[in-house]
Amino acid sequence: MIRPTAGRGNAGTLHFPDVSDLADPLLEVEDLVTSFRTTRGTVHAVDRVSLTVNRGQTLGVVGESGSGKTVLSRSIMGLLPARDVLRSGTVRFAGHDLTAMEPAQLRQVWGAQLSMIFQDPMTALNPVVRIGRQITESLRLHLKMDRKEATATAIELLRSVGIPSPEQRIRSYPFQLSGGMRQRVMIAIALACAPRLVLADEPTTGLDVTVQAQILDLLAAMQQERHMAVILVTHDLGVVAKRADDIAVMYAGRIVERAPTRTLFAHTRMPYTRALMDSIPRLSDPSGTRLRAIGGRPPDLIHPPTGCRFSPRCPYVQDKCREADPPLRTAGSPDHLFACWFPLVDGVPSGPSGSGQPVTLTTNGAPNNAVEAPAS
Amino acid sequence: MLAYLAKRLGQLVVVGFIISILVFLLVHLLPGDPTVVILGPNDTAHNRALLLAQLGLNKPLYQQYWIWISHVFSGNLGESYVTHESVGHIIATGFPIDLELIIVSQVVAFAVAIPLALFTARRPNRPVDNVATTGTFGLLALPPFVIAPVFVAVFAVALKWFPATGYTSFTTDPATNIHDMILPGLALTAASIAVYYRLLRSDLISTLQEDFITMARSKGLSNRYIMMRHAFRPSTFSLMAAAGVNIGALLAGTFIVEYLFAMNGLGYSIVVAVQQRDYLVIQGIALVVAIAYVVLQFIVDFLFTVVDPRVTRE
Amino acid sequence: MPDDRELRSTGSGQTLPTDTFPGQAAVDEMVVMRQEPAPETDEALARRPLGLLFWLALGWVGLVVLLAVIANLLPLPNPNLQNYAAINVGPSLHHLLGTDDLGRDLLSRIIYGARVSLVVGFGAVGIGMAIGGTLGLISGFRGGKLDIVLNAASFVILAFPAIVAVIAIVAFWGQTLAKITIIIGVATIPVLFRVVRASSLAYANRDFVVAARTLGATSTRIVFKEILPNVIPVAVAFGLIAVAGVIVLEGSLAFLGLSVALPTPSWGNIISEGTSNGNLSTNPYILMWPALAMFLLLLSINLIGDRLRQRFDVREGLL
Repeated sequence: MIRPTAGRGNAGTLHFPDVSDLADPLLEVEDLVTSFRTTRGTVHAVDRVSLTVNRGQTLGVVGESGSGKTVLSRSIMGLLPARDVLRSGTVRFAGHDLTAMEPAQLRQVWGAQLSMIFQDPMTALNPVVRIGRQITESLRLHLKMDRKEATATAIELLRSVGIPSPEQRIRSYPFQLSGGMRQRVMIAIALACAPRLVLADEPTTGLDVTVQAQILDLLAAMQQERHMAVILVTHDLGVVAKRADDIAVMYAGRIVERAPTRTLFAHTRMPYTRALMDSIPRLSDPSGTRLRAIGGRPPDLIHPPTGCRFSPRCPYVQDKCREADPPLRTAGSPDHLFACWFPLVDGVPSGPSGSGQPVTLTTNGAPNNAVEAPAS
Repeated sequence: MLAYLAKRLGQLVVVGFIISILVFLLVHLLPGDPTVVILGPNDTAHNRALLLAQLGLNKPLYQQYWIWISHVFSGNLGESYVTHESVGHIIATGFPIDLELIIVSQVVAFAVAIPLALFTARRPNRPVDNVATTGTFGLLALPPFVIAPVFVAVFAVALKWFPATGYTSFTTDPATNIHDMILPGLALTAASIAVYYRLLRSDLISTLQEDFITMARSKGLSNRYIMMRHAFRPSTFSLMAAAGVNIGALLAGTFIVEYLFAMNGLGYSIVVAVQQRDYLVIQGIALVVAIAYVVLQFIVDFLFTVVDPRVTRE
Repeated sequence: MPDDRELRSTGSGQTLPTDTFPGQAAVDEMVVMRQEPAPETDEALARRPLGLLFWLALGWVGLVVLLAVIANLLPLPNPNLQNYAAINVGPSLHHLLGTDDLGRDLLSRIIYGARVSLVVGFGAVGIGMAIGGTLGLISGFRGGKLDIVLNAASFVILAFPAIVAVIAIVAFWGQTLAKITIIIGVATIPVLFRVVRASSLAYANRDFVVAARTLGATSTRIVFKEILPNVIPVAVAFGLIAVAGVIVLEGSLAFLGLSVALPTPSWGNIISEGTSNGNLSTNPYILMWPALAMFLLLLSINLIGDRLRQRFDVREGLL
């Protein structure tokens, strides 16, 4: 038997202060850029993304396929391959800069302090390893448990994520479980060592709608119980609407709007965010109502459109949008950021040409000068 | 799992039965006359007919098959027309030699190929990988009839480190036995190393692209542990299948080194039997080799179920 | 095929929130594809130029074929001419590779010997491909009972110790070049059948073939227009690897004296002569030259076959 090990390279033990001692924020991402070199050119999959997550809170990252949200989550963890991937910016996590860490140090953080829930449990669980060992290997590695202890803990974990008769299930292989059960196992694995932050990358995409809600409720319950922070990455604004404290909307590798959930829904500024909201089906809609889809397709990230990247699809596009890239700026409150030349106010585009009156808006980083966009 | 294995076993029994017919037909449809072997070319037609009757060779083929196969089931494979040695005895003395050659060559092959593949798959297209991958092409181009004589020329004739010929059984003298085995064993191992290394490396590289490897990394596990525990097992399918076929081919394919090193294994015996038109010996050895091959396939099937529990689901 | 991904990377995901369709868009996909160790997979290799080694290998095979074909026209002594005045002569201007223990010119024997390896190698695989390949193409495309029967038959025959059969049949039937080529050719049928069938089967279920069928194309047309052009590269790549295998088999038979009857030279029997009569110590050239020739030829054929396999993006484990 091979014991799970952290591998060669004596990195020294990293010190992580108790959760209660920590100053906020838990995670602070600043100007994170991640690009891939491909045969066709360089793809800027994540472009100058900044975000923060506080202890015990949930940040929802929303965007359609290809918006870079998956790359963002892996880039935050540092899981992307070093070859062909360029990364700049900083990721400060619980007082440590993850971008400056050696692989051996990162391995002390991964799984123990910072863990990840993958989109598809069918491919993310090793098909030929019993689920028991897929849980216990982290316990034995990070918490230095012996085999017996680890097994007992794994059974408790499986029980806590709602797996019936976990004593038997621990001997199962992933293919012997249903999709929902597999995702529960994945959550158990991610939570095994009581991490401070869990990155959940589309944790419910492959599941039935009824199971989706169960899994998200489970995640929320575990989060409450363990006081962990969660970054919930999804394409579905509906999923994060009720569960996230803050929401960051991504488009073409950038954050285009970021705000506390309530503010985002009440004072949506960015037409793209609006479009995402409109595409959520509502029970209150009369039956037969067509879903409002966003026309066009996400931009090619190797040759992104000039100006605002959403401009080719934006219903309110104006000349300026095609010429200049809108910076992230604040409005209303310092924690509401958006990137749009003609932000929506009460669902109607505003701005120079809209209201006839110049809007004084500041760029990101000077929140005190923020001015509420004039109501029309 | 038992149901699956039982089903496979059933299939293999059928295959074994068909093969016994093929072996029988092969030998009986070969041109040539066994009476010439036994009586020499100058005997009378009358004597030949008598002998054919005595050997039962004048009966219809299906009767001859039936007689032969029922004897086989009672453990009697007949005896050599030439030396009158029992075929069972020839096989009993020859088979251990083949087995030992196969074990030596395969143990060496796995011991070289697996660590090399585990090492290079994580660092593809770096210098070590390029050297290893190119080197295995060289090994593929060194079949036993090329490499074994070269080994003899260099290590036995020029350097005198090893004997050029001969075989001492392990029970007689273990040290000499192992010493005798090194050159023939290594001569057989070259191509196996190349095949195993290339398959395992290529499968490991594609396994390392899997989500579950990223997942394992996200748990903070070391690269070494991930290679051994998560990547290796799911990457061994082609390796096991190839090993099954390869060892199967070696069952009779050891004849070159046995011939060169004068070892009385099955491969050597069959070449001698063919040259002497010794029908029953050919038939007996061919049957044993075919059955061993079938058993080997069953073992590989069983290993599949051990390595990947999903196999039994079909 | 390699371009599929690039095409996909610009399109997909027209509407929201439809993330559930199979195949994620550009970037998400790239992540999945580019996990550590971000190796140059066979797909990436497929797009690289064939490389210097490939052309060197092709050049060597070409040279060997050329020399074997025009051997009669070359200023070489008869390969079986025994010159007792020049026994075991080392390489010299007169005998470029020296002579053997019977005073025969080794260069001449090796060039004439190449004929045997090449004829048996390419001839046998040609026979095997004509029969096994055709059956595999039809079997994989048509499926149904025919496929089940042929597939099962190929499994059973592959379980049969082919080497034993080949040795026995060659020894009993006759040791001529034509007979040996036919016997080995027949022995390669099941393997080549399996390779071509697997490839034909894979293409028979591809979208473009299914589409052609729905549009009412005839089977013959589909086989010739859609499947065959895709199967041929696979067949060529594996066929070359099979050629190397057959050359090894013929060499092994020759080494045992079971290939073409003596004194016709073949590389296997020259090697065998090099190991007998004390030649190993008195004249190692007799062993060295044919061993080197065999090594280089097999190396070249394998290199060409493997490079083509990568170029056509065939998985190594397909056999």
